[in-house]
Amino acid sequence: MNKTWLIIQREYLVRVKKKSFLLITFLGPLLIAAGLSLVIYLSVKENIQHKVLIIDEKAPAFNNLQDTKNIEFNYGTGMNIGQARGLLFNSDYTCVLYIPRNIENSNVSKLYYKKQPSSSVIRVIEDKVENVVEELKLKQYNISREAFYDVKTNFVLNSIKFTKNGEEEKLDKAASYVGFFFGAMIYIFIFLYGIQVMRGVIEEKSNRIVEIIITSVKPFQLMMGKIIGVALVSLTQFLLWIILTSGILTAVQSTIFKDYYDPAAIAVQTQVTPDIAAEIQKENVNQNKFDLLDPNNIINRTNWPLMIGLFIFYFLGGFLLYSALFAAVGSAVDNETDTQQFMLPVTLPLTLAYVLSSSIVDNPEGPIAFWLSIIPFTSPIAMLVRVAIGIGDGGIPVWELVLSMALLVVGFLVTVWIAAKIYKTGILMHGKKVSYAELWKWIVYN
Amino acid sequence: MNSILDIKGVSKFYTSHTALDQVDLSISPNKIFGLLGPNGAGKTSLIRIINQITGPDEGALFFNGEPLQIHHQKNIGYLPEERGLYKKMKVGEQALYLAQLKGMSKSEAMASLKEWFEKFEISGWWNKRIDELSKGMQQKVQFIVTVMHRPQLLILDEPFSGFDPINAKLIRDEILKLREEGTTVILSTHNMESVEEICDDIALIYQSKKILEGSIRDVKEARSGNEFSVTYQGDHMAFAKALWIDAELKETKTIINNKHCSTIKLADNKTPNDLLNAIIPHVNVLGLEKVTPSMNDIFIDRVNEINQGNHE
Repeated sequence: MNKTWLIIQREYLVRVKKKSFLLITFLGPLLIAAGLSLVIYLSVKENIQHKVLIIDEKAPAFNNLQDTKNIEFNYGTGMNIGQARGLLFNSDYTCVLYIPRNIENSNVSKLYYKKQPSSSVIRVIEDKVENVVEELKLKQYNISREAFYDVKTNFVLNSIKFTKNGEEEKLDKAASYVGFFFGAMIYIFIFLYGIQVMRGVIEEKSNRIVEIIITSVKPFQLMMGKIIGVALVSLTQFLLWIILTSGILTAVQSTIFKDYYDPAAIAVQTQVTPDIAAEIQKENVNQNKFDLLDPNNIINRTNWPLMIGLFIFYFLGGFLLYSALFAAVGSAVDNETDTQQFMLPVTLPLTLAYVLSSSIVDNPEGPIAFWLSIIPFTSPIAMLVRVAIGIGDGGIPVWELVLSMALLVVGFLVTVWIAAKIYKTGILMHGKKVSYAELWKWIVYN
Repeated sequence: MNSILDIKGVSKFYTSHTALDQVDLSISPNKIFGLLGPNGAGKTSLIRIINQITGPDEGALFFNGEPLQIHHQKNIGYLPEERGLYKKMKVGEQALYLAQLKGMSKSEAMASLKEWFEKFEISGWWNKRIDELSKGMQQKVQFIVTVMHRPQLLILDEPFSGFDPINAKLIRDEILKLREEGTTVILSTHNMESVEEICDDIALIYQSKKILEGSIRDVKEARSGNEFSVTYQGDHMAFAKALWIDAELKETKTIINNKHCSTIKLADNKTPNDLLNAIIPHVNVLGLEKVTPSMNDIFIDRVNEINQGNHE
């Protein structure tokens, strides 16, 4: 055990001290955060000042649209749309808003632009025009605004799962996306680090140090030491990524995008009272369920300790299982180019689980989801997608989770046992292309 | 005789062939033991069994009288024929790691390594990566890694291959010194010259069987026939005529002009005196010497005997 510990230490330290590890660990979150921030920034923020010329055929109904921080409205009195469009290229106007005479009936107006305005700018203009149109209609039908708000219905259909105990819980499909994210992380990490185990084995075999080491420790200790050492490296990287990425995103959110969540800021932007602004803010939130920046979305509804706990369990289980296979593949070849023939059967189930996990998101309790989350080769990815919707009532049955975890443990024990047999023979075999038949002999006769 | 390592009836079977067939060997302490045999004879299989990398399918091994067990690994040092180290790791770090795997504490390992690094004058390399060293330098590190834990039994598989003559001599001297200090050495090789130079005892493995064993002196004595080489001055035809039926002229080499050297094999009941009596009247004898076969000859003779035996 002591010697296995020495091997784990070496495998861990050698990799953690590598420049490439430090680079990926610290640059990774920066890149992820920068990418996410950029996407959000571009979709939320509009740094171009818009100068909108309004051509109002219902004049003067639209002559008092209030300017916002980056939109300035100008009323084109006595101008027709043809003149206005002509003006667009010979002035600093960025858009022409055309209000047709029949706007109350058609509910359509046109915005001509030189450069595509962002969706948020369009939304602001849309809201303002909509408000005026509503006002026109209210007057036409002689309805008060209060009565209108009373009548206006924002209907919601809640789909609710009914369980034996009579308790009800909402089936949270959105949560499956959190599971999908964790499943994808497991897929990437098993691949990335499983290959590292394989490379490590090939390195030791090809530079022949393995023959010296196994006169001090058992081949099994060497293999397990390597697998555990690399697993710890990957967990280190994962945790650092989580911490760094969330740190950076929090920082970005609390500085650059502060206005987006602040009702006061929204009030200023859209010229409404803070009460209505709070409503708008809530609505923003509802519309953008998967917006990472959203404080009330699935990120906050997710049971993080459970998810991270299960992630670590399934990652370790899956990693032990797959990296044992990767180690066996590494031991059976002389160099990395020879690994091709053995890689496909190893990577196939993993990739299959990953590819099918989007269908599990759609139907987390269907037969595909069930079987993939029970079979140890696919359960690390499939089960994480499923557990995100919850466990027990409203989620997946507890027995399925227990069975899946137990089978994963059994699965990795069996895989490690088989891999160790191949490994033991393979590391001492040189200069010979090994066939599947031979691998089978190594397993059976050892 | 109390031996450090006893190998009793060891066999090893692979799916397609037998690597070792009922091999018995006894290695005396404080000796250099030459394990000889052509490539593929089973030497490496035997060495791996002694190192407990693999187990025997039949038979048993005893280390200092105890059945060979995993904890004996720390008393054994092994230099494989195909050798290497972690290329990207620093020399000192790597040696320390391997020493700890052998069961040394960190401080013990440091002390021992310091001593060896000074002896080989490589203290300055401690923080260099292996791939920054020349091949010869790597070999030195490799040797240190083999002996740093002061093993009682040192197993060297083709230790001189890959070393330049200077380093080979350094290693040879070090092996002899280790024997002086009480280490037993098993030296596996097919290089017969090095065997004659430094081995005390030998065993010959051929086609997975042991076909010869003993001290070099005994083996040579036993294998040397009634053969003599005579240096003389005179007519070599006259010399040949002087020989009688119980003396066979094997070969004659001319040294210069009428000086020759002939090898004669005598019948078992004849002595050198009989030979001298016969030839003195005809030629001027300059010298007479008993012919002892080289290890190479013994090796080849023994192998030929086995092959003939197989054919009969």
